[in-house]
Amino acid sequence: MAFVQNVPFFSIMLSMFSGIISAVLPGKWARRLNTLVVTVVALMSGWLLWFIIRSGIGSYTYMMGHFPAPWGNEIRAGVLEAGMALFICVIMLISILGGRKPLNDEVEHSKHNIYFILCDMLLSSLLALIYTNDLFTAYVFVEINTIAAAGLIMIRQNGRCIEAAVRYMIMSLLGSGLLLMGICMLYSLTGHLLMSNIRLEIAAIMDAGTYQVPVLITIGVMTVGLAIKSALFPFHSWVPDAYGYSTVSSGAILSSLVSKGYLFLLIKIFYRVIGFEYISGSHILSILFLFGLCGMIFGSASAIWESNIRRMIAFSSVAQIGYIYMGFGLGTEEGMVAAVFHILAHGATKALLFISASGLMEVSGDSTDFFDLTGAAYRNRTAGVGFLVGSLSMVGIPLFSGFVSKLLFAEAAVLVPNWKLLPTLIVLAISTILNAIYFLKTVIRIYSPADPAVVAEKGFKRLHLRQQKLFAMTMVLFILVNLVLGVTSQPVIRLIEQGLHHFA
Amino acid sequence: MSKPIPEEEYNRKPLTPVIRWVMGEADPYLGNVEMRRPRDNAPSEGLVQSHRKDREEVIEQVFDREHNRVLKGFNVFYRFTAVLCCVALIAMLLVAVYYLPPVGHADNPTSNEVAARYIESGLQETGAVNIVTGMILDYRAFDTFGESNVLFIATCTVLILLRDDQKKKKKLPDPEEVRERRFEPGDDIILQRVTFILFPIIMIFGIYVILNGHLSPGGGFSGGAIMGAGLILYANAFGFEKLNRFFTEKTYKWVSFGALSFYCLAKSYSFFTGANHLPSGIPLGNAGDIISSGLIFPLNICVGMVVACTMYAFFTLFRKGGF
Repeated sequence: MAFVQNVPFFSIMLSMFSGIISAVLPGKWARRLNTLVVTVVALMSGWLLWFIIRSGIGSYTYMMGHFPAPWGNEIRAGVLEAGMALFICVIMLISILGGRKPLNDEVEHSKHNIYFILCDMLLSSLLALIYTNDLFTAYVFVEINTIAAAGLIMIRQNGRCIEAAVRYMIMSLLGSGLLLMGICMLYSLTGHLLMSNIRLEIAAIMDAGTYQVPVLITIGVMTVGLAIKSALFPFHSWVPDAYGYSTVSSGAILSSLVSKGYLFLLIKIFYRVIGFEYISGSHILSILFLFGLCGMIFGSASAIWESNIRRMIAFSSVAQIGYIYMGFGLGTEEGMVAAVFHILAHGATKALLFISASGLMEVSGDSTDFFDLTGAAYRNRTAGVGFLVGSLSMVGIPLFSGFVSKLLFAEAAVLVPNWKLLPTLIVLAISTILNAIYFLKTVIRIYSPADPAVVAEKGFKRLHLRQQKLFAMTMVLFILVNLVLGVTSQPVIRLIEQGLHHFA
Repeated sequence: MSKPIPEEEYNRKPLTPVIRWVMGEADPYLGNVEMRRPRDNAPSEGLVQSHRKDREEVIEQVFDREHNRVLKGFNVFYRFTAVLCCVALIAMLLVAVYYLPPVGHADNPTSNEVAARYIESGLQETGAVNIVTGMILDYRAFDTFGESNVLFIATCTVLILLRDDQKKKKKLPDPEEVRERRFEPGDDIILQRVTFILFPIIMIFGIYVILNGHLSPGGGFSGGAIMGAGLILYANAFGFEKLNRFFTEKTYKWVSFGALSFYCLAKSYSFFTGANHLPSGIPLGNAGDIISSGLIFPLNICVGMVVACTMYAFFTLFRKGGF
């Protein structure tokens, strides 16, 4: 075994260990350690990705301990896993850097080190969710993920955040509970917790025709549990407050990474636990499809009505999660590829929007109100450009990542063999128009010059590039990631196809 | 048929006080036991009034059901749907349970090669007489490491929520809060005497359960919970000042840091050597000895310390927002 194959193990353990060490470090050093660890893990994941592509091994399993798989724990890495780990680290690093300045006002100084413990733990749990090959390990890290995310919401100790955290906790624990019930039932039906072994047993059960009903219910329960945790349409009531009132970095990380970890686990369950041949024929995917379509419309509609800019971006997340579930719901290979690409595109864009919105708010007297933002893009040009790029990407303008994922969804819809073709295309069109309405409305608002008298009266300040070098750097990095996904989409799509092929 | 007896004779009977107490006619403690009036800690009338006013205002502004027909309709719809969803979920799960394999049947899918190897060769491979400990701390140690981190991160979130760092300096605390803190834990002589006897026993029992985790039922999680409960009892009986002589925030921080780091480093070493098929070089020792079964013994101690500290930290944070 090549040394680079130890990378998944090192990334999980390193991020976890840094969280433990941060408990005894002062806030400043915890922050430096966090930056260092995220960077190192990103570099290592890139190395692993390069190795897997070059060597053509597809995917390999890694024994966590001295005992082989059904007895001990096991993790598994392939192209998709390594790529996703790299993506998560990059977005997390930029999000934390971009929210560094507001963090001083948002969080008590004595609690800064706890903030970074939560970030480290969140990273390690996301990595473990990506790499794990064992359902119970997945559950343990889902727990860490949930608690860390709730902590990240409520660390900004005001009423709305605590309310949002309580809401998030209740909904998320309902989801965890359903997932755990599903895992228990699956264990008693198959006698395994290892994903690959469960799949063999499920295939045997399906051939023998026994236990059809409980298997169906189990899959349904697990899917609903993860759908609640990733904010699919009817379960999205916690989203706007959780993303809209938490700290800047938390909002960006929660919307672009945390929900994606659960989505990735769901894909893994579809492919590796149940088997895509079986799931693509079942009606569970059709239900996900319908809810996804509803989410695309209702999420966008709520965003149009919203006058708080951060809540508006949060509602837009509901719509984008709807897109991803619509891709799952198509039940074809192309739909899955489109959904995975949209996970990346949305992750890159939504974090950019949250961070740039914070820059716009800073020059508007920290107001989130839509009308106070008039002309904000002239007072803070960097944030204005960032928001413009993010909006264009979300609406689906070519060159940016959002366009490619919309194209992929449309292509997948055309190829789908059943009734799902027409609803997909129609709703895709409607949702794009709604997206354009609320994003371009905001872009026009921030680029229409404000009345100088009002600006002087409210005391809005101006920020120049040299006053916010770090912020400008994060904007440039985000835009770069977005352009890379949008312009060089073909290699990325090929990697996703290859990864899904080796997923099962 | 019982014959009637005079009242004096009835009063002299040994069972009479008990019967009277059961029937609620007399209180045996009244007039016989020294009693102290509870300290007057009822909140002032003004405070109650202001809280009540706040509450009514909130209800009036947020839930004005009388004048808001939509809200009223939504409320009915919400309750109805909630009940419907719960009933549907319960029915579905009951159906699933009905179809599941019967508990404890020999042909169940769960009695397969996985369980067989744990039972048959668990002792040789892990050196732990207690198979469960061997499973959670050796076969599936990665999951257990995750679980200990769940506790760690749960304490972190409680620290965020309840540790008041600068609030005291900024504004005067709520009078109700101050009263709560001053009056409890009270000097209760019964509790103190009982704790005086029980505390050492509880601690020693906790340590016993942890140290024997690989030999008999128990282990880090249960032993740690026992020790944590002992610490909480001590704090309740003697107050935090006495407890702080040997257990402060610093102790908590360094103990849990040390335990988790040792766990992380030791298990990383074991995972790394295992995955790369290198010998770990850790002797398993004599099965049944206290110091045996390789890493399981120290790991149990680490888990125990983390659990005990976490339990106590939760208690003290909820109690007074700090150590």
